[in-house]
Amino acid sequence: MQHTGSMRQLIGIWGLLLLLTAATVGISRIHLGAANIWAALGIATAKATLVTLFFMHLKKEGRVIKISLLVTLATLATFIGLTFFDVLYR
Amino acid sequence: MNSTAQHHDAEGAKLGMWLFLFSELLLFGGLFVLFAVYLQRYPLQFAAGGRELSVAFGTVNTVLLLTSSMTVALALEALRRNRRRLCESLLGFTLLAALLFLVNKGFEWHAKFQHDLYPGSATLQQAPPGRDVFFGLYYLTTGLHGLHVIIGGVLLAWILALVRCDRINGASPTVLENGALYWHLVDIIWIFIFPLYYLLL
Repeated sequence: MQHTGSMRQLIGIWGLLLLLTAATVGISRIHLGAANIWAALGIATAKATLVTLFFMHLKKEGRVIKISLLVTLATLATFIGLTFFDVLYR
Repeated sequence: MNSTAQHHDAEGAKLGMWLFLFSELLLFGGLFVLFAVYLQRYPLQFAAGGRELSVAFGTVNTVLLLTSSMTVALALEALRRNRRRLCESLLGFTLLAALLFLVNKGFEWHAKFQHDLYPGSATLQQAPPGRDVFFGLYYLTTGLHGLHVIIGGVLLAWILALVRCDRINGASPTVLENGALYWHLVDIIWIFIFPLYYLLL
């Protein structure tokens, strides 16, 4: 079996994802005020990054797909940023 | 399969799938922006709404989707090595997880309806403003996500049938590659829904 490594890697990433899930549930039970939502978002982003890089093999993709992902995320960030610029300072 | 009569552009097919997934990210992104804006406006009502949701159901469904995301990635690896039986079992497991996810979701929504928590219900109409927004967004977001689970499940069932009759194999895995990409997206959306809705304090 020449490729067993990558199967093992997928299972390892799954283990990490479960650990992060336990962490996000654990942290959410402690009252930290505004830090709760940022911790939740931080852990969710870490999990999504793991899924994208390893399960979806983004690491092995070409430049076109990587750049268009960045453009999508930048669009979303601009959308969120401009919305809150309006909502928070109204 | 790869006869000269049938032009097969695997790279193009994959790029097309990614572009579609980006549009999905923007679709759900809009719902998350709505959630963020109303969370900022009604923090107490959103926290109260979040406490009504079952952390147990949410956690079990998270584990189900994370596991099914791994099994579909493993199924693709198995197919690439022409281990068809293994690929079929892993796809079968993925489908089972998708089905269990939907069953859980059904129980969850059923319990909410029994507690008179649905858009326009008497309880929500009498609740302070903001509570109805939380549940409106909850049903819209988890409903749209659930629809994606159904579509992904049907897609993967069709792919399993194609693998069974050898229409997809290690030499032409594009359809499974793209089906798996879609399933991972469904997983990623849930990764954000779970802490934002179920774990709010």
